Amino acid sequence: MFIEAWDYLAGHQAQFLAALWRHVALSASALAIAAAIAVPLGVRLANKGGSALVAINAANIGRTLPSLAVLALVMPIMGTGFAPSLFALTLLALPPILINTHTAIRQVDPDIVDAARGMGMTAFEIVRKVELPIALPVIFAGIRTAAVQVVSGAIPATLLSLSTDAFFGWIQRALTPSGLRAP
Amino acid sequence: MIDLDVLSKAFPGSPRPAVDRLTLSIPAGEVCVLIGPSGCGKTTTMRMINRMIEPDAGTISVEGRNILHVDPVELRRSIGYVIQQVGLFPHWSIADNIATVPRLLGWEPTRTRARVDELLSLVGMEPAQYRQRFPRELSGGQKQRVGVARALAADPPVMLMDEPFGALDPITRTRLQAEFLRILRGLRKTIVFVTHDIDEAIKMGDRIAIMRDGRLVQYATPEAILAQPADAFVDEFVGSDRALKRLALIPAADVVAAGAGAGEPGARLPADASARDALSAMLATGVDRVTLIDENGAARGTITLSAMRVRLTARGDGSAIEPHPLSNT
Repeated sequence: MFIEAWDYLAGHQAQFLAALWRHVALSASALAIAAAIAVPLGVRLANKGGSALVAINAANIGRTLPSLAVLALVMPIMGTGFAPSLFALTLLALPPILINTHTAIRQVDPDIVDAARGMGMTAFEIVRKVELPIALPVIFAGIRTAAVQVVSGAIPATLLSLSTDAFFGWIQRALTPSGLRAP
Repeated sequence: MIDLDVLSKAFPGSPRPAVDRLTLSIPAGEVCVLIGPSGCGKTTTMRMINRMIEPDAGTISVEGRNILHVDPVELRRSIGYVIQQVGLFPHWSIADNIATVPRLLGWEPTRTRARVDELLSLVGMEPAQYRQRFPRELSGGQKQRVGVARALAADPPVMLMDEPFGALDPITRTRLQAEFLRILRGLRKTIVFVTHDIDEAIKMGDRIAIMRDGRLVQYATPEAILAQPADAFVDEFVGSDRALKRLALIPAADVVAAGAGAGEPGARLPADASARDALSAMLATGVDRVTLIDENGAARGTITLSAMRVRLTARGDGSAIEPHPLSNT
């Protein structure tokens, strides 16, 4: 079977590259949109308390849906093609990023936030200069999980998922502020 | 100069106010220690001064400004803030941590860099060695040194310090207390210092405000509080050894009796010893006199037990105050 697949690929190189490009573009867009929504939302929920519980639980339920089921649910409404796939994959990527962002921001030492506030940082400065950088490794772990889910949702190819995981693992390490890195 | 005027704050769900009609005036350049048992309102009082907590009633003025009319962010940038857990930013180098407020205020990078080095030297840390380190590489004492340097960065006239030495081991604490007292006195900052440790209060404070249940019980110099506790609560709070604590505040040179000679019996102490050191030497040698000597070993004067007794029981006007454990010996 592998040999047949290989023969097919060898005979249809142009189509293969186009399909590969479409998948990469689809996955990357879904991930970017999901992060753009989930990170600010997660920060906001973490700093609010109360209402966060509902959103986080909703996200957790969303997380239990298998990726193929989400695609199947969206297809009757939006049909097939780039837009419905993008929508479904974005939906799929939201929960892990949201949950990790929320948890990471909540775990920032309250004394650090108190010091930041006491020295005269505005609420926005506290998020941008203190909370986000400290929470970044955990937030990125969420993006990494989402990336694996999105890619495997778009192409159920274990190999590609694993290489994606390794790639994002490398980025996560590179993005971790050096003061937080394990010695 | 900090003026608190009939200041009150109640937290929801609490049966009594955390701070109850507190009026307190702290002169410029002095260290005012707020002290009392847990829940007495000392930290709440301190945190109202930089509006980390908003008062329900009353006014606060800092350097003549009614701070309730000042933008909280701008206000906090003009007041140094030091907390027990330090709260250094773990993802920033020591230099970046100290530069926090100068950067918020938009200082020139060269000015900020020079200030960081100046402050590291001030708190006894070699700039070249520590500038680029990260907080996790420092000991507890070093972290609080950086914490104080960070609070001093923009040269604020007022500093708020919430149990800054509370998390340190006793040896480091004693060393930092002495060192920071010297630094802060040299800088003539107005300081509000919160602690629950009476010995620290006596050591650090120009004045001590003793609080209980949100109210001010006594506000006076350490010497006055030890000599004349306002009530039974203060008496108990300062401890049954308050006579010894007073002696620790009195330089032995102040109780030198006239007519001292070089040939006196008893122990020899350096001229900067405290009266408490002198008493300790008397008890150790069994001789009720001690001779103070200068660096060259020459006698400077003699202290007697009876002279100390007079010093402890006499008020400024010479009249005797209430009976004292020492006067019964």
